[in-house]
Amino acid sequence: MTAPAIERPRAALRRAAGLAAAAVVWVALYQLNLPFWTWLLGDLIGVDLHSQVGDSVLFFVYDTTKILLLLAGIIFAITVLRSFMSVERTRALLGGRREGVGNAAAAGLGVVTPFCSCSAVPAFIGFVAAGVPLGITLSFLIASPLVNEVAVVMLYGLFGWQIALLYVVAGLVIATAAGYILGRLKLERWVEPFVFETRLHGQLIDPAQGLTWDDRIQMGREEVITIIRKIWPYLLVGIGLGAVIHGWVPTDWFATHADGPLGVPIAVGIGVPLYSNAAGVAPLVEALHDKGLPMGTVLAFMMSVVALSLPEMILLRRVLKPRLIATFVGVVATSIIAIGYLFNLIL
Amino acid sequence: MDVKILGSGCRNCQNLEANTTQALHDLGIDAAIDHVRDEIEIIGYGVMSTPALVIDDEVVVSGRVPSPDQVRTLIAARTAS
Repeated sequence: MTAPAIERPRAALRRAAGLAAAAVVWVALYQLNLPFWTWLLGDLIGVDLHSQVGDSVLFFVYDTTKILLLLAGIIFAITVLRSFMSVERTRALLGGRREGVGNAAAAGLGVVTPFCSCSAVPAFIGFVAAGVPLGITLSFLIASPLVNEVAVVMLYGLFGWQIALLYVVAGLVIATAAGYILGRLKLERWVEPFVFETRLHGQLIDPAQGLTWDDRIQMGREEVITIIRKIWPYLLVGIGLGAVIHGWVPTDWFATHADGPLGVPIAVGIGVPLYSNAAGVAPLVEALHDKGLPMGTVLAFMMSVVALSLPEMILLRRVLKPRLIATFVGVVATSIIAIGYLFNLIL
Repeated sequence: MDVKILGSGCRNCQNLEANTTQALHDLGIDAAIDHVRDEIEIIGYGVMSTPALVIDDEVVVSGRVPSPDQVRTLIAARTAS
């Protein structure tokens, strides 16, 4: 054991130097984004940046670069931090909590726990079989996709930090409230009976344990590549659709044609079945807001797209009866509509 | 040697399977990889975060995709004993 002990300070130094270098490169790229594209388009290619088309093209490449840089930086940092948490630890923290406080804790843990919706079913069985109440388990499953780092980065990049923060708080409130309501409805009979009969044999292993810093940094790098590879087509389609709306829809068109009292439920009704992700829907939301749709309506639209997805519902069908899935979708959608109205009222 | 990948078939599970195949090949071990997709069987191993790697009925990794090198170390540690 002496050899690694001697090796460790040098390895730690190398790692810190690597991270510092990456941070410097990141900041430099972020600062050079606008000057670089202005130089490339304006000076080298000779585009008139004061024309409407030139300005749109510059805006498009600048914005896309900015968002990709933000995503890469934030996803890396969050993944490294999240590697200290795990679904197993979250379950231990939620065991024996009372409803109410437990729902709020589950919503918060849903944000900080590394979780892939592809493990929704084993996690659901693991929680419920270990005695975590149904409503608290659902609070976790609602918050995890709803308040995700891609959504927060997109909103920060397009609207600023106030709206991003508002989204996080609203997402936590929705996950807490919807999970609490679902818990009160006593829906346990609509859970497939085998879930309660499942006996967990063997010690649960905690993935957050035994990781070295190198492992965590490696996980961060891989997550950045995985997520950007997954979302870039959505991002381009979203920015493209946003550009079309920016260019073709007259200013305030939505304010005069689509600002009835039913705007929020209609937006959520369209958003629930729509399958996309935060990267695809946020540029669209920005364009719709720019053309006069109120903030509460567009945020409710975005939340309904991100929170409820058909593939996850199909996965959950393994453990939940259709009646409970329908109630789940109904309660979450209603909570989103309520938040949308609230925002339209106060913003 | 009994090697199992636990996971519903998402991209991470496929990556883990590829890395494990690579590791087994490098070590010259001729073992078939069994891919367990059934969630009830997965939770039966005590695994809530997929993908997971099971060697001789022991869960050695869960919730992340180790590199081929790391998988090789894990397998080698179990063949030595």
